[in-house]
Amino acid sequence: MENKETYWSENIRIIFICLAIWFVVSFGFGLLLVEPLNAIQIGGYKLGFWFAQQGAIYSFLGLIFWYGHKMNVLDKKYAQESK
Amino acid sequence: MEELKLYTYIAVFGTFALYFAIAWWARAGSTSDFYVAGGGITPMQNGMAIGADWMSAASFISMAGLIAFLGYGGSVFLMGWTGGYVLLAMLLAPYMRKHGKFTVPEFIFDRYYSKTARIVAVVCLIIASITYIIGQMKGVGVAFSRFLEVDYGLGLAIGMFVVWVYAVLGGMKGITYTQIAQYVVMIFAYTIPAIFISFQLTGNPIPQLGLGSTLADGSGVYLLDKLDLVVTELGFKEYTTANLGGTLNMFAYTISLMIGTAGLPHVIMRFFTVPSVQAARQSAGYALVFIGLLYTVAPAVGAMARLNLMNTIEPVAGENLAYAERPQWFKDWEKTGLLKFEDKNGDGLIQYTSNTTDAPITITGSISGKEIVLLPNEMVKVDRDIMVLANPAIANLPNWVIALVAAGGLAAALSTAAGLLLAISSSISHDLMKGVLTPDLSEKNELLAGRIVMTIAILVSGYLGMNPPGFAAGTVALAFGLAASSIFPALMMGIFSKKMSGTAAVSGMVAGIGVTMLYVFQHKGIMFIPGTSFLGDSGPNWFFGISPNAFGAVGALVNFGTAFIVLQFTGPAPAHIQALVENMRAPGDAPAAHDH
Repeated sequence: MENKETYWSENIRIIFICLAIWFVVSFGFGLLLVEPLNAIQIGGYKLGFWFAQQGAIYSFLGLIFWYGHKMNVLDKKYAQESK
Repeated sequence: MEELKLYTYIAVFGTFALYFAIAWWARAGSTSDFYVAGGGITPMQNGMAIGADWMSAASFISMAGLIAFLGYGGSVFLMGWTGGYVLLAMLLAPYMRKHGKFTVPEFIFDRYYSKTARIVAVVCLIIASITYIIGQMKGVGVAFSRFLEVDYGLGLAIGMFVVWVYAVLGGMKGITYTQIAQYVVMIFAYTIPAIFISFQLTGNPIPQLGLGSTLADGSGVYLLDKLDLVVTELGFKEYTTANLGGTLNMFAYTISLMIGTAGLPHVIMRFFTVPSVQAARQSAGYALVFIGLLYTVAPAVGAMARLNLMNTIEPVAGENLAYAERPQWFKDWEKTGLLKFEDKNGDGLIQYTSNTTDAPITITGSISGKEIVLLPNEMVKVDRDIMVLANPAIANLPNWVIALVAAGGLAAALSTAAGLLLAISSSISHDLMKGVLTPDLSEKNELLAGRIVMTIAILVSGYLGMNPPGFAAGTVALAFGLAASSIFPALMMGIFSKKMSGTAAVSGMVAGIGVTMLYVFQHKGIMFIPGTSFLGDSGPNWFFGISPNAFGAVGALVNFGTAFIVLQFTGPAPAHIQALVENMRAPGDAPAAHDH
């Protein structure tokens, strides 16, 4: 029982970290901070514009795979993997 | 032109023959095959099928065109339609897979222990799916009639027949394998022209990098800087900073699309087809890989199409194209009525500017700072939806590439239509009939009922596609708004709040959907009938400037809020439900998706 609860609270912690990054790269860099970031130029891209049209998507990808990896480790630790 | 027609026939009928063959090979034998493909799909296969399922005619045909004209404002679609997968992977998919049922309403019924909840979920699901499907059917009809030069009605009928054969015969199993083939067709059709065009314009064949590169004309100017300059000189908004109705509206729009994505039943259902919880998490990642491939190319397609269009009409500033010398693609699209030119000043040249008045006006270029005289705009109609289809022709690409794009557009529309039809048929035959009305339905009869419902759904959506009530764009917004404001919050609270009670969740769903529908209808007309909108579809009447398309975000907030307030009065869910949630949260050995 206790095992289950620590498993769940660790899961929640990982989700919080992921969703914080999710929010920052899309709503933060792509929308709210787009103007200051646009002052920075990477190649032909203004940085804020790049985040909104490219960077956010790459970050989402990284997040999902990182979450999957972290959870697989957690599943092993708490013997939750499927046999 | 004859050569193009021949290639198009080969591409379209060749791919169709492939889909039929796959459907025959993978036909369904049991209800488990029919609804969840027997639970034996690998994460990568599933990711590809989700990609095809998810990317509809709207993604394939419309999105890059929207971005081409909205510029930075078009980012809401890019972030909104991909960010939802992060939510799916972390907040919904693994736990719902662990619970192991066939459909979304079934999950809601188990978690909220109430037939009312199940019926409310079925209603939300059907409204969202049917509205979405009409757009797909219309896309099929348009694509066929343009490329095969047949009547719109005949094109639509061929499309209905093709979907009917493989969806009814194959169920989820047939659909999954067909969708994998359709994904491959779709992604080739999308990226090949983009690679050609990116190479032509910038010398870099990778569109994602080409968009940030300098032009290949030796000027050393970045493509995006050139585009910003070209459009501002004609009085349009700067491409890389053009906003869409203010930051708050873009914010709400993006949220609405994200949680709408995570709440759409035909996408969630896909996660029931994999063998384990770990595979469900991985599927979401693969799905986004395959979707991201198209979505990161789309901004390049949009920007490059816009630049090519501008350059065709005004190759050098001040030297406009003569109407008599317009290229073949211009003439072809004029025939469809989606592209229109009016020689307002009678000089025989085409002026394409932002000036919608009848007299020249003088502006100051926002980048160059020069004084510019804008002649009245003569391109009176440039439909955004033609950009992707016309793009290869605008860039003078070979005919086989144009034929491939036609096959890709059809694959996009057909695969989404099939997935939605399955969601509709399962919610009626499995949830409404087997679950509520006639619980003693045998498996064989349930399968038969599923197929009959699917046939009826195809006929209904085909009929509506034949007589479109003129609401394609509006209904897509409503489909997302409905899913965002009803299904997503109910599912999320069901997993993350053990105490959430059935009555509270149902109140939340009804309030969320109610507010969203009220807002959409009051601006767009009741069921989108013009003239019945009681506040008028105008910016000044919008709630904090949030457009109806973006209102699902507010509806979702209302849903969450209502549910938690009602929860204070109803008391927590019973102990056995709380135990059920506990069980959902621990992956353990996930059972294969099963019936009661």
